[in-house]
Amino acid sequence: MVAETARCIPIRIQRDLARAITSIENGHATLEEASAKLPARADAALAYVIGVTGPPGAGKSTLVDRLIEAYRDAGETVAVIAVDPSSPFTHGAVLGDRVRMQRHSGDEGVFIRSMASRESGGGLAPATHDAIALAAHAGFDVIIVETVGVGQVELEIVGVADTVAVVTVPALGDSVQTIKAGLTEIADLFVVNMADRPGANRTALDLKHMVRESGKEIAVLQTVASEGTGIDGVVRALNDARAQPAGNAERAVRFAVVRGVRDAAVRRAFDLLDGDFGKEIFKRLRSGELDRTAARKALVAQILSEVYDAD
Amino acid sequence: MPTKVLVAKPGLDGHDRGAKIVARALRDAGMEVVYTGLHQTPEMIVTAALQEDVDVIGVSILSGAHMTIFPKIMRLLDERGVDDIAVVGGGVIQEDDIPKLKAIGVRAVFDSDATTQDLIDGIERIVAETGRAGARAAKK
Repeated sequence: MVAETARCIPIRIQRDLARAITSIENGHATLEEASAKLPARADAALAYVIGVTGPPGAGKSTLVDRLIEAYRDAGETVAVIAVDPSSPFTHGAVLGDRVRMQRHSGDEGVFIRSMASRESGGGLAPATHDAIALAAHAGFDVIIVETVGVGQVELEIVGVADTVAVVTVPALGDSVQTIKAGLTEIADLFVVNMADRPGANRTALDLKHMVRESGKEIAVLQTVASEGTGIDGVVRALNDARAQPAGNAERAVRFAVVRGVRDAAVRRAFDLLDGDFGKEIFKRLRSGELDRTAARKALVAQILSEVYDAD
Repeated sequence: MPTKVLVAKPGLDGHDRGAKIVARALRDAGMEVVYTGLHQTPEMIVTAALQEDVDVIGVSILSGAHMTIFPKIMRLLDERGVDDIAVVGGGVIQEDDIPKLKAIGVRAVFDSDATTQDLIDGIERIVAETGRAGARAAKK
């Protein structure tokens, strides 16, 4: 049950938020322009951003559905940004995460937005970062970001979430999987979902060993999200993490800064290739004067020289 | 930018194979398709369309309830001041009802003979006509 005192976000503001997100997705506005239409909130920075990531079919959306329920029970407003993959061939996408969250549809304290990953390969969409900021502006207390179903290296969620929950399921691999680099390194919390299936204890134990050996204190919890089992524990762990100020701040800043630099470099690279510099490079490539490696080095050198000039 | 379409399946009829085929065909045509599952009420459909900020709502009805469901969707959109999301329908819809649906603002009705290509063409035409994305770009 949603608490009677639970706050809501009027449908009018939800619509403004939805359109602001679209304008960012389609490159029609900057974050500053898009957020100008939303109510200004001094405490927008206090919104709590939860990242939910893990392999396809692990139950991320079902877990998110349960988290929405829990935070609504506590009277908080919840925005969900759920990312599903775009086809690299047609650019089309089927966004199906809402299916698991439909029961919250009539609740005006809940905003759910699906996003196609478009050209991004990091598990989020290019506009996800700004969408989080916009949802915070619109007044949502808790923002849950669900990544695409990830493999091992789509880690961009770390750059946006205060707390990252990595959801897995029993028997996806032996204990060697738990010591590989990547996904297991970004977890603030492990959730072994579908824990009523064989092998759940083993999977949880492997993760616990890995956590202990890494010297960190990370909870490994078991859930059956479809039945609501174990959700209390997840919410408790999230609330513990939330109470620790700036727990993930440094890591998030590192990722955000690196991402910013990379995006700027990529943008500049395309600008250069579209201009006279690119004409020259492509001419020399065609004539055989340059090979691809040399062309790449020339481009990188050009961008770096501009960076040093700017300093 | 890709056209965004909500594929909605209202009412009590219990299978969504057709809706899923449609979702996939639109995906293959390069559209971003929000799929919401079975048993949607008009309220749920309109809320999802608003939050997702889609260009088009595609409603699949096989149960014969189209003359109650479409007017409700159109009324809810109207109440919320939405005039830039096109509504189209498909499924089992009697020919006599098609003009009535168009009269309340349903942009296109695809009967059970329509191919997925008809659907793609129809949606692309409607989006080009309403120029929704273009209109918003200009508004910036």
